Amino acid sequence: MASTLFDKVWDAHVVRKIEDGPDVFFIDRHFIHEVTSPVAFLGLESRGLGVMFPEKTFATADHNTPTINQHLPVEDPLSANQLKALESNSAKYGISHWGLGDPKNGIVHVVGPENGITLPGMTIVCGDSHTSTHGAFGAIAFGIGTSEVEMVLSSQCIMQPKPKRMRILVTGTLNKAVTPKDVTLYIIAQLTTAGATGYFVEYAGDVFENMTMEGRMTVCNMSIEMGARGGMIAPDETTFAYIKGREKAPKGADWDTALAYWKTLKSDDDASFDKEYHFNAADIEPMITYGTNPGMGMGITRSIPKAVDLEGGVATYQKSLAYMGFAEEEAMIGKKIDYVFVGSCTNGRIEDFRAFATIVKGRKKAEHVIAWIVPGSHLVEQQIQEEGILDILTEAGFALRQPGCSACLAMNDDKIPAGKYAVSTSNRNFEGRQGPGSRTLLASPLVAAAAAVTGYVTDPRTLLS
Amino acid sequence: MAYDKFTILKSSAVPLPIENVDTDQIIPARFLKATKREGFGDNLFRDWRYNSDGTIKTDFVLNNPIYTGKILVGGRNFGSGSSREHAAWAIYDYGFRCVVSSFFADIFKNNSINIGILPVTVSEAFLDQIFVAIEADPATELEVDLEQQTISIVATGASESFDINGYKKHNLLNGFDDIDYLQAMKTEILAFAENK
Ligand code: SF4
Repeated sequence: MASTLFDKVWDAHVVRKIEDGPDVFFIDRHFIHEVTSPVAFLGLESRGLGVMFPEKTFATADHNTPTINQHLPVEDPLSANQLKALESNSAKYGISHWGLGDPKNGIVHVVGPENGITLPGMTIVCGDSHTSTHGAFGAIAFGIGTSEVEMVLSSQCIMQPKPKRMRILVTGTLNKAVTPKDVTLYIIAQLTTAGATGYFVEYAGDVFENMTMEGRMTVCNMSIEMGARGGMIAPDETTFAYIKGREKAPKGADWDTALAYWKTLKSDDDASFDKEYHFNAADIEPMITYGTNPGMGMGITRSIPKAVDLEGGVATYQKSLAYMGFAEEEAMIGKKIDYVFVGSCTNGRIEDFRAFATIVKGRKKAEHVIAWIVPGSHLVEQQIQEEGILDILTEAGFALRQPGCSACLAMNDDKIPAGKYAVSTSNRNFEGRQGPGSRTLLASPLVAAAAAVTGYVTDPRTLLS
Repeated sequence: MAYDKFTILKSSAVPLPIENVDTDQIIPARFLKATKREGFGDNLFRDWRYNSDGTIKTDFVLNNPIYTGKILVGGRNFGSGSSREHAAWAIYDYGFRCVVSSFFADIFKNNSINIGILPVTVSEAFLDQIFVAIEADPATELEVDLEQQTISIVATGASESFDINGYKKHNLLNGFDDIDYLQAMKTEILAFAENK
């Protein structure tokens, strides 16, 4: 029978099928961080269980770490405590740990791929919903809760009902200044934030085939924002070239064996999906969000829709706009911005800083804007320096911070103050996500750059030659 | 055994007729810093319950003493967003054992069942009936019968059945969890890992 990419990878990992129940699902790679793992380790202890395969779990500290002065002790005692717990739990069970200050440290979904831990055909989980990022390599990757973290530690398996299959095709040529972030914000705006709940998405079509791995990661990362369990893209030459030579990637004869297998990882021509969407690349503009969920996005030159134009609750919609301080039918262009955040596992990779720099180069940061430019990892930080991007940033009045999740979820000190507007390259614009009372406009690094240099929501096309 | 058995729950309910209630609202990230699973209920819906100076927002439903009970009734797409199980812990710790909505986000639903909260998905129409009934009488009781897979409004007798897979149902009825199950099949898992 013809099968999809998703079926192939899923079915190869089912240890046992439970009748009228979930599958017992084997996990190849497990990432943990300081926030969602401590209680799982406590659970192990209270049940007297050990870690079954410590070599399949990788720890990195990222969620609550400071993005300045990382060489100093972490000031917040609660955060420091979580970081210590991650370190001691990792040491106790023999788990590899990239703590604060380690040259390999960074956001979990950035360091996994860049060190060759993430590979095609794998099953990958982490107690963070944006684990879907790793799907860019043709892996099945998704976020789990802490109880499931405990399951993976103790048995390398979780219990999962198999999601339905969805394919999203985007074909054609992308317009100028339209980045992978715009593609994903466009898709989410079409499907709404719950439109893919219960599904696992395969992204296909020439738009994704022509994307770099960084771009594919941005797209797969946001799959959860339309409710999908995850998203994946069939591995191809771009994928293999990215992986080759990375530290933990297979080498020599192992590489050849792996490659032969990876090449089988694509949906059969006659495979069928439970749901399919087809979008046209030409319809996508640079995007921006105006509300309090990632589905409330639109082309940057449009005006905020009227509540009646949308399905769903009018009251919820109006509550959302009131929180943002916006009104129906207003234009987004020209809105004054207080903060710009470039970073996160969505857009904290080298390509994102290159894009940001194309607009910033030769311009100056708007005086009233506070900008937090946060690389996704030390490796990205190093690339930024080596490629001369740091010089462009400094010249324009921007400072580079140290890697971490930072203002994406504002667990550390990087909090947008109440009532302030931030154009952010991260993934969520929920109420208070970037700090209590913060107002987030999600966008691409290009839109963020345009806002950073003008101080207002600005169409990046007007600043690109 | 990880939590109390769930059989029949008869209780008044707290209405939250808002759509897309995300886990950042259920428990904001800055309250995720504990290394133990304790006290999360205090910060349930923190920013909807309290002003930034710590004073109470009197218009929020959890601050209205006429609404009490072990059942939380939410609008469509409840629990979207982050995978933080802390959201389910906060709901449990506050005293809820059941959440009713017309649609749940996947991870939240999983997390809830894993810690012994029953997510009950009802039709949009039945959800409206529940909201109307509670609005008319805040003491309105709902009865959730897991064995029968039904939820009813006690006063009117209006009732609807809900879905849950047989495995999870068995777990909740008996207070078992997945870890118990997985531990019992360790040899099978080891053999699987070896053959990979
Ligand atoms: S950057 Fe944001 S979304 Fe990504 S792992 Fe960190 S907190 Fe999660």
